[in-house]
Parts: sequence; C-alpha cells; structure tokens
Amino acid sequence: MGQLTYIEASARALAEEMRRDPKVWALGEDLGRGGVFGQYKGLVEEFGPDRIADTPISEATIMGAATGAALVGTRPVVEMRFSDFALCAVDELVNQAAKARFMFGGQARVPLVVRQPIGMWRSSAAQHSQSLEAWYVHIPGLVVVCPATPADNHGLLKAAIRADDPVVYMEHKGLWPLTGEVPDDPDPDHLVPLGKARVAREGGDVTIVTWSRSVHTALEAAALAEARDVSVEVIDLRTLWPWDQEAVFESVKRTGRLLVAQEAVQVGGFGAEVAASAAEALGRDLKAPVRRVGSPRAPIAYARPLEQLLEISPERLAEAAVDLVRGAVAA
Amino acid sequence: MTDRRNIDIPRLTAHYRTMARIRAFEEAAEQASKDGLVTGAVHLSIGQEGIASGVCANLTADDQITTTHRGHGHCIAKGTDPGAMMLELFGREGGTCGGKGGSMHIADFKVGMLGANGVVAAGIPIAVGAAHGAKLQGSNRVVVCFFGDGAINRGPFLEGLNWATIFRLPVLFVCESNGFASTTRTDAVTGGPGPVARAEALGVRAQEVDGNDVLAVDEAVAACVERMRAGGGPEFLLARTYRLKGHTASDPAPYRPADEVEARWAEDPKAAVARTLADAGVDVAAIDAEAKAEIDGAVATANAAGFPAPERAYDDIQDIGAPAWAS
Repeated sequence: MGQLTYIEASARALAEEMRRDPKVWALGEDLGRGGVFGQYKGLVEEFGPDRIADTPISEATIMGAATGAALVGTRPVVEMRFSDFALCAVDELVNQAAKARFMFGGQARVPLVVRQPIGMWRSSAAQHSQSLEAWYVHIPGLVVVCPATPADNHGLLKAAIRADDPVVYMEHKGLWPLTGEVPDDPDPDHLVPLGKARVAREGGDVTIVTWSRSVHTALEAAALAEARDVSVEVIDLRTLWPWDQEAVFESVKRTGRLLVAQEAVQVGGFGAEVAASAAEALGRDLKAPVRRVGSPRAPIAYARPLEQLLEISPERLAEAAVDLVRGAVAA
Repeated sequence: MTDRRNIDIPRLTAHYRTMARIRAFEEAAEQASKDGLVTGAVHLSIGQEGIASGVCANLTADDQITTTHRGHGHCIAKGTDPGAMMLELFGREGGTCGGKGGSMHIADFKVGMLGANGVVAAGIPIAVGAAHGAKLQGSNRVVVCFFGDGAINRGPFLEGLNWATIFRLPVLFVCESNGFASTTRTDAVTGGPGPVARAEALGVRAQEVDGNDVLAVDEAVAACVERMRAGGGPEFLLARTYRLKGHTASDPAPYRPADEVEARWAEDPKAAVARTLADAGVDVAAIDAEAKAEIDGAVATANAAGFPAPERAYDDIQDIGAPAWAS
C-alpha cells in the first residue's frame, strides 16, 4: 500500500487500464496538458496523443463521438471537466449512449466512462459547482458512481472502465488533494465492485447514508455526535446506481434510525430515493422518522459565506443525528 | 438522368432494383400505418431513393452508416433485410431490434448499419465517433452519415464536421436536402448561403449533386470514398431532392401547393431510372413485381408474427443494476 491523493489515484487507475487494454482511450479538453485539474498528468507522454486525445470544446460531440467509438468496439473514457458542462451533452448521454443497447435489441454495447466532476469548490459559483448525480440515476441504462476516497477513486474507476455499460463517474473537486492508502501498482485485483457500499464507520444508534465528499462531513459529524453519546454508523454508498440496498437496510434495521446526507439540492435528490425505499421496506422497524439533510433549492452563490450556507456542515449533521436519537422535533 | 450515351446498364439496373425495393417498402409501410398495423410514427423517404442507392452502392460490408428517422431506404441499400425491418415496424419478435426500437431506431450492426435516430443531427457525432474508432483501430473502413437539411441548424452539425476535419476522419456527410424541416420549409429557417458553404467553412471538402439522379450520386460518392480511403479526410455531399410525402405517413402536407407536388412527382427519381432502363430494353415491370412480392411477403410475415415476450421489456438495458423482471 502507498499513499496517493484522490487525483493521483484516478490517474494511476486510468494508466493501469490503458496498459492492460489497448482498446481503452481518453478524450476531452486539455488532456494533453494533464486536464483541467491534472487528472491526466503524464498520460500523453506514455500513451501518445491518439489515446489521450485533445478535443475541441464540443461537449456534445465529445460525448457523441465516444458513443460512436464505443459502438464500434473501443472503450472511451470521456472527460467532461465539470458536471455542469456535461449538460451540453445530455442528448448524447441520455438519448444515445444510455439507450443504444436497448433500442437496438441488444446488438451493441456502449462501454464508456464519462467523468463529470461535481461539487462546491473554491467559489466556483452556479455553473461550476453542481452535484447532479440524481439526474443520471433516473436514466435506465446508466451506472452512476461517486467515489469518496483515493482507494475508491482507483478501484471504482478501474471497475467502471471494465464495465460494458455506460458509467457516469462523478469525482468531487473538493477531494482532489485528499490523501489516502491505495494498493500498490500494479494490483490487478484492486477492483472495487460497482454497487457495493462501504461502512466508513461503525455505530449503533443511527445510520447516516451518504456519498462523495459528504462521507467526510458525516465522519466529522459522527465524532461530534459521539461526544454527545450518540453512536453513528456511516455508510458510503460509492455507487448510486445500482445502490446497495442490502447494506443500507441491514444497518438501518440494526440502528432503527436513518439520516441521509447529500451535498446536492435536497428536493428531488438521490437521498429522497434512499429515504423512500427505507421507509417502504423498513417503516415498521424504524424508531424515528427518516430524516434528510441536503442543500436548499438555491443556485450556488459565489461569495464564500453564501456558498458555505448551502453546504451541509458536520454540526448540522451531528445535530440531526442526535435529534433522531433523542426524539427532538426537526427544526 | 446523366448523359445516356455512357450509361452502365447493369449498374443502373442494380440501382433500380434497390430503389424499387425501397419504394415498395415505403408504400407498404405507409399503408400499414394507415391500417393501424404500424403503431408508431413512420417517416417515408419516397422520392429520395436515388441517394440511398447511389451512396451505398459504393460501400463495402465493413463500411458503416448512421441514418435518421427517415432512414428505411438507407438500411435497405446497406443490406438490411426488409423482412426484419417490417417486423420491427410492426413491433414484432424477429424485428431488427426485436421490436424494441421501431422505425426510428432500426439498426443492423452485422451489415454496418449503426442505427437510425429519433433526434435530428444526433447521428452526426455518432458517425464521427465510429470513424474515430476506425482510425484508432487502424481500419480503412469509411463511415457515411445521412441527415436532412433540417439538421444543419443544430449544434452537432458544426461540432461534428469540425471534429472530422481536425482528426482527418473518413466520414462522408450526406445532406439529403428535401426542402422541409418537419413541416417547415428549410429555407425559411436557415441563414446564410447554405450547407455546402457551411461545410467548407469547417474545412470539409464539399460538393452539390442532383440527388434525384442516382448515377450522379453514385459517381460523386465513388470519388469521395476513394479519397477517404486514401486518407483524404471527411467529405460532404449536398444531395438535392424532394420529399414527395408528408413529414410522417399521417401528414397530408397541406402546407405545400398541389402544383408544386405534382411538378416534383414528374421528377420522381425512380420513374426516371425506369424510363432509361425501358429504353435500353430492361424489363422494369418484372423488377417492380419482384420487389412488391418481397415486401408483400414481409408484411404478411410481420402481421402473423408474435409480439416480443413481456420480459424483453426489461432486458438489454444494462449489465450492472438491471431491473428485475417480475411477471
């Protein structure tokens, strides 16, 4: 095991998969200089400009061309820079890539990964900060992945590249510098399976289900709650579609309380799906009503104090967890 | 018709056979739509058969095409079995897509037909990507991307042509200019000097051809394909034609004057080929009869076929996270 940042872990994963499979290639803007965040640093030197392809600022065609190239047997890794920009390519992803296999009666697959960095980060304002993962969970045909740790950004990206389905792969910009243990290169067995959650912290009183950067917020919240004698279990979903209902239900059955935490706008968010599913399946076993914590339905402001208002804080989450256990009425 | 003194009669006869099969298919699809047997929208390419045949006659089995909602002719010309296509229109088992796609999503990968598309211009980036894939794979296959004149006002047109130029991809963009973008005259909603100028502005070698003259299309495309296989990069062909029917089989197209339509029927590309071949002693009636018999058989077969099994609504969605079939 070695220490890598979240961003280095993804670069290593891509390089390993490109060495393993000559069909894998990456395309997007600025990749030849390492990509906008440096996720592709060093790759063009090893793999050349055909496999680390610099494209025009043409999101629709980046996505559409990747779809066409996948249909004829290559395995593209698509870089969209910001999930906000990927909205320029929604037809190509939602109407084309996600549906081709089904519409064509199984004649073809679209094995591609589309990387769409999400999240609030350094006053990036309303068009560079969104967390739109729920949109893609809604679309049949897509797999949706939201890694929270360097190890997962290695193992999940490798699994996503090897999948024959189109995978929406959403890294959090705020996690790029996060350092953690990642299995040494090359460890071909380090594939984190898609659809399996991870217990990030064990606890007995309340289960927080979350993903992406909010996992770390939830871990901080768990420490705060512990100081108030409330034991919090934190489940990192890792993959939003398919999501690990079994792991979530097992934990919630044990704790009897569920709090879903997400950075995304709470209304219509993926947390609502988790909450509703748990209520349907486990309603009679719950000791308290299911609770959600997410962002208000407001565009993300530039000014740092306003941006911070929208973030879910460890304090807010801890308060909600303690309330669930102590039976306080939600504010 | 092209200069009659040097006409290759066997080649023109082959074109006529393709055009007759397309025409018979479209007429049968129109009738089946009116009879309620084809439940979804059907966009007929009657009057545009010369482009499909002229282009696809220059392609090998390995070459690939993408097409549009008005794509039956391209499929047949590329080699898709009209019987499987009719089953698909009827939504039956055995259709090209197992009855799950319908007219607008016919695909037949085994003959290089990478899919029709329900979204205007959406086939352009896909065709470009298929050509990009060919380049990465070191293949010398070429890709033809069919679209209509309405598509040149969508963003993927600009993006896709630019992409093909900068990566020097073997894509032939065929703009079938039939005069209408759905029920609106394309000229009324299109600025500037038109498709050829737009293509040239994006660095794509472009030319215009009479799309109602199958041999002119054939000759132009032969040269395009030769240049593309030699690494010459993308090509653009503006093929002028006319949509002799409405936007869909249920559109009587009252927005155009009867005398205009009548004049255009007089330029029917299939009838023009029939006249030339008849003059040369070819029995065109026999070719028409053969085509009609094939398509009549396809309709009868489709009408008798079963619908897909219910569980097929849940399959071929995805490997990971696929929905469970619950009867």
